[in-house]
Amino acid sequence: MPQLGESVTEGTVSRWLKKPGESVEKYEAFVEVSTDKVTAEVPAPVAGTMRELIVGEGETVPTGAPIAIIDEVGTAAVPADKGAPAPLAQPLEPSRSSLAVLPLQATNGRNGATANGTRVSPAVRRLAREHAVDVAAVSGTGTNGRVTAADIVAAATGVSRAPAPAVAPIKAGELIPLTPARRLIARRMVESKQTAPHAWTTVEVDVTNLWAWRMAAKDDFEREHGAKLTLLPFFMFAVTESLRVFPLMNSSFFENGIALHKNVNLGIATATDDNLVVPVVRNAEERSIRGIALAAGALIDKARRGKLDVDDLTGGTFTVNNNGAAGSILSAPILVPGQAGIATMEAVVKRPVVRNDAIAIRSMMNVCLSLDHRVVDGAIASGFLADLKKRLEAMGPSGAL
Amino acid sequence: MAAERAQQHLAEDLWSDASSEGRPHEVGGAQPGAERLSNLDAVRLALHEAMVADERVLIVGEDVGARGNVFLITRGFLEEFGAKRVVDMPLAEASIIGIAVGMAMQGLRPIAEIQFADFIYPAFNQIVGEAAKTRYRSNGDYSCPLVIRTPYGGGIHGALSHSVSIEALFYHVPGLKIVAPSTPRDIKGLLTAAIEDPDPVLFLEHKKTYRSVKGEVPEGHFTIPIGKADVKRTGTQATVVSYGYNLHQALDAAAQLETEGISIEVIDLRSIRPMDKTAILTSVRKTRKLLIIHEDNKFGGIGAEISAMVSEEAFFDLDAPIRRLCGPDVPAMGYAQPLEEAFMISTERMRAAMRELAQF
Amino acid sequence: MAKTVTARGALDRGGLTDEQLVEMLSNMLLQRQLDNRGFQLNRQGKIPFALGSEGHEGLQAGAAMAFARGSDILVPYYRDLGLVLGVGLTPLDLLNNMFAREADLSGGRQFPNHYTARDRGVLSISSIIAAHCTHAAGVAYALTYNGEKGRAVLCTTGEGSTSQGEWHEAINFSAIHKLPIVFLVENNGWAISTPQSMQMAIVDVADKATGYGLPGMICDGTDPIATYRTMKIAMERARSGGGPTLVEAKCYRFLSHSTDDDDRTYRDRETLAAQRADDPLPKFERVLLEAGIIDDPGLTALKADVLKQTNDATDAAEALPYPSVDDMTAHVYAGAFEPWLE
Repeated sequence: MPQLGESVTEGTVSRWLKKPGESVEKYEAFVEVSTDKVTAEVPAPVAGTMRELIVGEGETVPTGAPIAIIDEVGTAAVPADKGAPAPLAQPLEPSRSSLAVLPLQATNGRNGATANGTRVSPAVRRLAREHAVDVAAVSGTGTNGRVTAADIVAAATGVSRAPAPAVAPIKAGELIPLTPARRLIARRMVESKQTAPHAWTTVEVDVTNLWAWRMAAKDDFEREHGAKLTLLPFFMFAVTESLRVFPLMNSSFFENGIALHKNVNLGIATATDDNLVVPVVRNAEERSIRGIALAAGALIDKARRGKLDVDDLTGGTFTVNNNGAAGSILSAPILVPGQAGIATMEAVVKRPVVRNDAIAIRSMMNVCLSLDHRVVDGAIASGFLADLKKRLEAMGPSGAL
Repeated sequence: MAAERAQQHLAEDLWSDASSEGRPHEVGGAQPGAERLSNLDAVRLALHEAMVADERVLIVGEDVGARGNVFLITRGFLEEFGAKRVVDMPLAEASIIGIAVGMAMQGLRPIAEIQFADFIYPAFNQIVGEAAKTRYRSNGDYSCPLVIRTPYGGGIHGALSHSVSIEALFYHVPGLKIVAPSTPRDIKGLLTAAIEDPDPVLFLEHKKTYRSVKGEVPEGHFTIPIGKADVKRTGTQATVVSYGYNLHQALDAAAQLETEGISIEVIDLRSIRPMDKTAILTSVRKTRKLLIIHEDNKFGGIGAEISAMVSEEAFFDLDAPIRRLCGPDVPAMGYAQPLEEAFMISTERMRAAMRELAQF
Repeated sequence: MAKTVTARGALDRGGLTDEQLVEMLSNMLLQRQLDNRGFQLNRQGKIPFALGSEGHEGLQAGAAMAFARGSDILVPYYRDLGLVLGVGLTPLDLLNNMFAREADLSGGRQFPNHYTARDRGVLSISSIIAAHCTHAAGVAYALTYNGEKGRAVLCTTGEGSTSQGEWHEAINFSAIHKLPIVFLVENNGWAISTPQSMQMAIVDVADKATGYGLPGMICDGTDPIATYRTMKIAMERARSGGGPTLVEAKCYRFLSHSTDDDDRTYRDRETLAAQRADDPLPKFERVLLEAGIIDDPGLTALKADVLKQTNDATDAAEALPYPSVDDMTAHVYAGAFEPWLE
């Protein structure tokens, strides 16, 4: 029984057009068949003689069932179901999809739960297993105290390096929760100290003339630009010039080499209410003192208002810190990760010093330098500071902003 | 008449540079031999360059000739290249695409424009049933190197028929490629790549970014491979995948979060079909958290496919459920300001979602 | 717009030679034979589907004769079995298509009568009615784009297609730009079970041309010479820059729409029997016999040759393999088919 129509599954023999014993040509109609879609005459598949009509008129059989036998011309009478059609469709091969079945892996607890029943994420489960960490023993820093993947990693790696910070006893007083900013600062400070071997050196700088220049220029500056003129832009300007003479101070250490930076992008360590940020004045080498003052002022203002964006905070190559504003005369700052040096301006103090074999009262400012000892040796560092000192001491009211 | 006035009003709105969030968004750093262009300029530049370089390239669409396109993208093209190559088509989207399909099958390189993505539906069969299938149904005998350009997206008071996103309707279709670049450099490189591609490419331009996004574009001919995403900002605590106007908002939100000490990685998808699996998985394996942001409706949007793929392939790297921040499941954004704002995703909402995910 | 109808009685050769007239008859015979073979194979259960074109032989042979092989382009529809034969497809091409063999022009992917043959100027089509009409207009535009002259596009449809919006859009665009294209409507009076009276309010499809600004011509689609004469005018007009023409060739559809249709449920047998009396095939045989262009032995030999061609092609195609499933993902794009770029 042929399949007449795509969705057809059976057919009815309505009328035989040939009797047993009659000859039939190839393609000659030999039977009329009807389905629910169509009634049609079926052409013979071979030329020969009708031998047997298997299905009676009016009978319904499924498609593929034999309905008649025709002895083909030139062959012996072999009982074969000549009326059956060839299968039309190949069986579909299993589709090669990218459905990778992920193997279920053993977990720390039932259904990935910790001992106290909270659920853990797939990453936590996997990392805990890989690092042999007991999830239940880790305190979580995630939402609602969730143990995060970072907590597991910290628990796993922190143990071998530095002791975990002691947990403050609740009874002893206030416990200040860590803000994300505080956490980030902590992380970066640790990273810096653990990566770069810090060395430290300092010089005293006679800023009497520089101070005089600043005092003479600040009122006009404020009138013209509506912003304060501090010593910071002068300092940054001098630092920039010294960095060009000592490019190693303006570089980064990598395993495959020390990268000297083309530009001087000066970060200014700035404290806000609850945060420490380091906005960057880019391309300081192209700017005048006035230009640096305006750029730095704008950045510090944005920092205080919490409006810094990504361009403001990235790309720094060296950092300065105006520590002296609070009165400190010496400090040992921590490098910004990836930089080779950080220089501070300490407080300007009037002190008696010896000049030309006489005692003079001069405005003295210490400049402190922390440096990455992988990159910079004492000689370079001292040379840099000496150069910086010379420039700062040469600045005076006759200079141009 | 009213429709014409509506078009004019829309175009002027875009002229005014006023994004609801403030100043134009600058992207990219200074490079020698680069020009600073808007997204719209980048489209124009790529079209112009292709028209000059390849005689087979022609532009067909409504109002592309004498008017120079309702956003003035092809202003001057008619005078420069002639009416044979800059064809003002009758108002019939199905045949804008159908005729372009015939041109492409016969060896030309037509760039067909649908004036607003909201008008593309009459051409659906020509795109999905004809262009996408030409190579496959002819077993490689014919191909259809056609580019269909259309502005999409909201936030410009376009209301129900000038604001929709259509990528989810088409990215399902094998045989079609879809790109949605968000910056001038990416637009220039990807539009050139689309024009040179031997298969049909649907090129989506977010109209709110036409003039409000500017950036550097290298001079001269260059292409960006279709299918590759771009990490526009590196970070460590969560991965955000986005495109279009949302991408710029996501970058702003991530920058603001940096000052809170939260580090977010932002991937600009750029290409919707094919999509960059490696970029997404590499990032998710690093940050372990994924947030997909798209303006299009949430249900059945492309975020669903990304989510499924990531959960299939990076399940054991996930430290949080995959999140989607998307448009609401309503037919389109209303004309009234509060309705439009409620549909569009604000930068504040993005910041909150990123913060929540990073802290999870 | 002038309507052209053949004169009755006199044999107007239309400028064709004896060989060309016999060539048209041969095309008609081969079309009928291959058509029937499709139905036979379906009734034998060997192929799932077939579409017949009985009644269209005259117009398709005439249109094919007016088609310039090697330079004109054909954008056909699914009832053009005779026309594609006439422009250069072979019986084996058609049988490979029916059997969905790997050697089929579409690699076994397309439905029967959906051809593609770029080397012979035949465009690839889908099953969406009239979607190919805008393609044809685009192809015609591309022909003129580089200043080419002397080439035309032939776009064929049934009369049902002329209800589709895109058919109108294609005609409109072609008229605006005076494109080198002929829209040939093979009006057999039926779109599956929908008679022409339910498809349009007019009797002559050619009347639709007036509204778009292109000429409309009518010819007797049961007469290959009449069709040839009309098509020659239209194609020459297109090739010489005279713009598009809408040609309506009136013919019959003697069979159901396809092997999945049974027209006994909607068409009365008496009308059909009357139409059968006007069968273009025996009619043209008589014309050529009476004009002495062919004799009885020659006609018998011709029919035998046509049957042999059909049988040879059937046997050859039946012996060929199906396409390999491994090739299923080929030609989705020029490059890789995967939606995810790894």
